[in-house]
Formats: sequence, C-alpha cells, structure tokens
Amino acid sequence: MAPIGTLHYLVVAAALFILGVIGVLTRRNVVIILMSIELILNAVNLNLVAFSRIWGLHGQVFAIFVITDAAAEAAVGLGILIAFFRNKETVNVDEVDLLKW
Amino acid sequence: MFFLDHIWLIPLLPAFGAAMMFFFGRKLQKATVNAVCVGVVVLAFLFACGAVWQYTDYAHSNPGKPYQTIVYTWLGTDTGHMNYVMRDGKPAAFQADVGFLLDPLSAIWLLFVTGVGALIHIYSTGYMAHEGGYYRFFGYLNLFMFSMLTLILGNNYALMFVGWEGVGLCSYLLIGFYFHRHSASTAANKAFIVNRIGDAGFLLGMFTIAWYFGSLRFTEVTHAARSGHFAIGDPIITAATLLLFVGACGKSAQIPLYVWLPNAMEGPTPVSALIHAATMVTAGVYMVARSNALFVLAPTSMKTVAIIGALTAIFAASIGLVQNDIKRVLAYSTVSQLGYMFLALGVGAFSAGVFHVFTHAFFKALLFLGSGSVIHAMSGEQDMRNMGDLHKRIPITHWTMFIATFAIAGIPPFAGFFSKDEILWQAWSSEGGAYRLLWFIGFITALMTAFYMFRLMFLTFHGRPRMSHEVEHHIHESPKSMTVPLVILAVCAVCAGWLGWPHSLGGSDRFAKFLEPVFAHEARVFQEEGKTAQLAAGEKEEEHTSPIEYGLMFLSVGAAVIGWGMAWRAYREADKGYVEPIAAAAPPLYDVLYNKYYVDEGYDYAFTGRRKVGDSRLGVMGLGEASSWFDSHVIDGLVNGAGWTTRAFGTLTNWWDKWIIDRLLVNGPATLSRVMSYPIRLLQWGLVQGYALVMVVGLVYFVCLMLGLSLWFWLSVGSLALLAIGYLLLRYLMRRFAT
Repeated sequence: MAPIGTLHYLVVAAALFILGVIGVLTRRNVVIILMSIELILNAVNLNLVAFSRIWGLHGQVFAIFVITDAAAEAAVGLGILIAFFRNKETVNVDEVDLLKW
Repeated sequence: MFFLDHIWLIPLLPAFGAAMMFFFGRKLQKATVNAVCVGVVVLAFLFACGAVWQYTDYAHSNPGKPYQTIVYTWLGTDTGHMNYVMRDGKPAAFQADVGFLLDPLSAIWLLFVTGVGALIHIYSTGYMAHEGGYYRFFGYLNLFMFSMLTLILGNNYALMFVGWEGVGLCSYLLIGFYFHRHSASTAANKAFIVNRIGDAGFLLGMFTIAWYFGSLRFTEVTHAARSGHFAIGDPIITAATLLLFVGACGKSAQIPLYVWLPNAMEGPTPVSALIHAATMVTAGVYMVARSNALFVLAPTSMKTVAIIGALTAIFAASIGLVQNDIKRVLAYSTVSQLGYMFLALGVGAFSAGVFHVFTHAFFKALLFLGSGSVIHAMSGEQDMRNMGDLHKRIPITHWTMFIATFAIAGIPPFAGFFSKDEILWQAWSSEGGAYRLLWFIGFITALMTAFYMFRLMFLTFHGRPRMSHEVEHHIHESPKSMTVPLVILAVCAVCAGWLGWPHSLGGSDRFAKFLEPVFAHEARVFQEEGKTAQLAAGEKEEEHTSPIEYGLMFLSVGAAVIGWGMAWRAYREADKGYVEPIAAAAPPLYDVLYNKYYVDEGYDYAFTGRRKVGDSRLGVMGLGEASSWFDSHVIDGLVNGAGWTTRAFGTLTNWWDKWIIDRLLVNGPATLSRVMSYPIRLLQWGLVQGYALVMVVGLVYFVCLMLGLSLWFWLSVGSLALLAIGYLLLRYLMRRFAT
C-alpha cells in the first residue's frame, strides 16, 4: 500500500463535502439539514488541515476559526429552528414556505 | 375826448340791458322792456356817433394811428407763467387784454351796427308785440349787440373771439326762439354746430398767429407784418390766414359752411334782419379786413378767398332763383352778397368790400324788415305762391322794398350800384386771366340777383291775388313802429352809396378815403405786385379812369335791367297757376336748384350720418361705425380669441397632465415594475432546499471555471443536480396534490 498522502485526505474531505451537500439538498428534517451543514464545514476543516501539513500552520489556525464559526452558526441555526417550531409546530423544511410570492 | 375815453360803455350798455332782462325780465311790463332794451341800443348808437366824431378829431392830430385804450389785462400775467416760445425761438408772453380799438374800419362797423340795430329794435317792438317771450327776445337781442360790439371794438384776436362766440351763441338762442317748433330748434343746432366748425379754424389761425408773431394785438401784428420782415407767400402766414378764412366761412356763410343760413330763417324776422343780414354775417368780412396785412402777405389765401367768394355768390344766387319762401330767397341773397364781399377782399379791393358791407347792411335789413311787414300783413303766410297784388294795400312796405330791390340789383343811383360796381371793376382790373373769369361770375350773379329780387317783388306785390279770402280780409299796413324804420332804412339805401361815389363818375369816393389809413399800405403793395407783373409782361400801364370802367359799368347796369325785364315778363301778371320759366324750360335743372343742389342731403350722407347707403353710414359717422365694428369684431375677437386660446391650452394641459404625466410617466414605471415583478417573483419558490440547490449549482460552475475543468465534468455533476431537482420536485408535488 502507498503511504497516505495529501490526496487521500482531500478525497475523504470531498466525499464528506458531497455527502453534506446532498444532505442539505435532500433531507426533509431541518435538524438533519443543520447536521449536514456541520458535515460540510468539517469537510472543509479536513481540507485545511491536510494542506497545512504542506504549507504551514496557517491551515490549522484557520481550521480553529472554522470550528468556532460552525459552533456559533449551529447555535444560531437551532435558535431559528426553535423560533420557527414555536410558530409552525413542524421541523419539515417543506413547510418553511412563507417567504414566497 | 369823453366818448373815446369811455368807449367801453358802448358794448356795456346793451350788456346792461341783457342783464336786466335776465334778472328782472319776467316781472317787467312790455313798456319797461322797451324802454330799457331799445333805449340802451339807441344810447349806444348816439354814443357811437359821438365816439366816431371825436375819432375824426383824434385822427387829425395823429394821422394813420388808430385809437386804442386798454381797460385791463384779461389773459396773461406779469409772473411769466404764460410765457411761451415763438417759432423763431424768441420768448413771448401770451397776453390778451380787454382793450378797444377804434380806427376807420371799426368806426364804420360801429356806426351801422348800432344804427341798424337800433332801428331793428324799434321795429321789433311792433313785430313782436303779440308774441310770447317778449322780454326774452329783447334780452337775447341786447346780448347779441353786446357780443357784436365786443367783436368789432376788440383790439386783439382773443377778445374778438369772445365776441365771435357770443354772436354765435345769440344766433343759436334767437333762431331757436320758438323752440317748441322742432324745425326751429333743429335749425338752431345746425347754425351753432356749423359755426363751431368755423370757430375751430379761427382758433387754429389765432394760435398760429400768436406762435408766429408773439402777440395777438391787431396793432402789433399789423406792424410786424408791414415791417417787411416776412416774405410774400410765407407758408405759415398762408396757413394762418387760410385757417382764419375757415372761421370766416362758418360765420359769414360761404361754401362749404353756408348751409345753416337758409335754415336760420326759422327765427323771427327781426332776428333774420339783424343777425343774418346786416351784422353777424359780416363779422367774417370784418375779421378778414382787419387781418388785411396778413392776407396781403399770402397771395394763395387771397386767391382762395376770391374764388370761394365768387363761387358762393353764383351758387347761392342760382338757388335763390327758384325758392318760394320769401325769407329763403332773401337768405340765399345774403349768402350771395357775402360772396361778393369776399370776392372783393380776395382781389385786394378791401375798401370796396367794406363799402359793399356798408350798403348791403341797409338794403338787406330793409328787405328783411319789409318781408316781415308783408308776413305780418299776410297773417303769417310766407310762401310767395300764396301772395300777390299787395302793392296797393301795403304801400309803404311796397315802396320801401322796391327801393331796396333797386339797390340790391345795382341800379344807379341807388346804393348797391356803387359798391357792387366797384367790386366788379376791381376784379376785372386785377392781374391775371383768372380774375376776368371771376368778373364774369360776378356779372352773371348780378343778372341773377336782379332777376330773383324782382321775381320776389312781382310775386309778392303784383299779379293777381293768390291768397285765401280769410287772409285777404286781414291785410293791413304795419304799425308806425314797423314802418318808420323801413322808411329810414330806405333813405339810407338811396343815399349810402353816394359816400363812395367813384372818381370815374366825378365823385371824391370819401368812403375809400376814410379807410385809407387802414388799407392804403396794402392797396399799394398789391397794386405794386400787379404793376411789376404787368411791366414784366411788357404791357402798358392802365390809365387812372379807363374807358373799360365805363364799359363795365354799362354792362352791369344792363345786366340788372335785363334781369328786371325777364322777371317782369315771367311774373308781373302771375295768377294762381303761374309757371316758373325755369321749370318750363328745363325741369331737371329746376329740380336741382329747388333742392339746393342736394347739398344738405350730401352732408347728411357724408358727415351727420343721418342718411345711409344701404345699411351703412358714410363719411365721418361711417368711420365711427366702421371703427365700432372693428372694435367689436376684430379687437374683441382678438380678446375673446386670447381667452379661447388660454382655455384650449388649459384643456390641452389637462389632457397632457392626465394621460402623459399621470398615466405614462407616473403610473407607467409603477406598472412596469409590477409587470416586471411577475416573472421575477417566480424566483421566490419558498422552497429552502431549492435555493440551496441553486447555490450549489453556481458553486460547481464557478469551481469548474476556476479550475478550468472540462464541460463533461461539469455536466456530470450537473446531472446529479438534475436528479436532486427531480427528487425535490416530486416531493413538492406530492405534498401539494396528495391529501
């Protein structure tokens, strides 16, 4: 077997990214969509860390930032979800259709 | 020099009489009115005699100088407020005084105006004895005497104009004395209005003189004119004299302003005698004679005066040939004789013209008063067709009028012969062929004069009686108050001419000699002009009394006798159905003459607008009507049009505002936005995952772009996106249409 190179990391990250995107696009439950978004973000993190091995510590520092950002975003997203749930009693994303013509 | 120093009393006496009548007349007895009004005029006459007598003394010690006394300054001040600038730039002060001038010219006028005036006042006491408004009549007559005396005694043009206006006013008041009669009041209006037209000319002439000479006083103007400073033919003097002559035409009834005089016969007969025969109508002649120094400097004006005089003479005489009202014949006769006077003045024979005024006053007043006596005898009948065979019944009237008729026809040794003949001789002997033509016109007029005057006599006094029996029974001679003045005037008509017995017949022509100081200079200038022209043409100088003069005398007497004879044949035996010879010979000519050449009708068309052509007026009134039409149609049309345009513009603006501004420009973008939003808002599906899908597709495309990946790669990823789209769509539709 070849040694684990950067490419392997990138492929894994890409796969995770794609899975995350598919989840965002396809899942009905808003909570699952939020989880998929986390998945996307973590995939990006992987990418960053993989490249930091080559190009320096900038990648890892940026990954810390992204993690913090993801956490904040999840909090806000869940807050929106809870506010929406209080109004509409559902977590089905198909029911989030008020802002349309 | 009592009378001369107190000459201002002469006009004041009749003014006093008029004032008495104005304030107290209504309450006075007829006898008191007589005493006051007739008395003041007789006093004025005596006073005038005294003044002229003393003037002759004055003239001896001051040869050639007129007597002038200034009572007070009427117009003009010492403060310089009435200063103006003359034509040649010199400053002058406008001054007109109440001053009186007595020289031979005004002396003659003074004597016959007061004399004939006094006789007519006495006559009126008899004539108006049975009429109403007795005191009013005498008040107006006295007012007239005052105005006329102011006119002739004034020493400047302004005071003369006061008198001029005054006599015009009195003429109006007296013509319209029987104001209840429509014809009388209309005639009075006509007289005053036509007179006024002349007054406008007089005023303009007066202003021109003031502007050109710097003074209005006769002495100063004459002195300036005679000084040789002005060239003969000076255009401004010509203009001034022509304007003054317009005034004379109005007052003295020349063409074209004579039309008022025949209508003026509506007034009582003494009025016609005094105002329209002897005195007022001679005011124009007096004014021209007074301004002789100016007229001599303007040969054009002189020619105009002569031509108009001659034309008027023959024109009026021709109308007088066929009139049937006794007073109308005399009125046209007056116009004609006035034409003679202006003819004389126009050819430079000033003293001849004044002489004719003098003699004419007597015989014309006599004719009018006589006709008044006839009318009185005929119980008011004035139409000669209804008279006849009166000579035995009113003998005094008949004989006095006969004497006057001889006088006016110009038969020697009566008065008219000397004056008329002098005029004709002067006309003939003036330089230029045109003057021979004027002589000829005068000659024919003399023939006509004799004819119509003897026609008047024969129709009135001879022939068969043509009046109704009622009137015939009442025929009586007039009272003494009327016949005595007739006799006195008849004596004057015989003798007055002898004052001007010409040199050619052995006389000394005292009349012309008396007037020498006034006219001599002019006569000399005029004759010198004539003589130089004559010598230049190479002809021989005329002798002092040439045989031509005798020949002309013979001719004019012959004309008078022929006229007498023609009238004798036509009218001596006139019976009820007598035929006018002119009507028999040439009926259209008779119609034209009888209708006075349709001049009044012509004036109605041209000036008064009383007759229309179709529906519109001509002349001045027509201009007024046209202006009115123009104003109401064109000017008001423009105004209305402007209004219409503004309203139309408003409507247009309204439309613009409503459709373009509001609908197009305001609502338009709004509608555009709305319409554009229809497709745009379709972007807002409301599907969260749909939005996410779009983001992803864009992201992928961008990545491909940045990385330079091929289209296949993009499409393969894109097919996954399509799957996702399909899945989401299914899910949406199931949600929508299930349950």
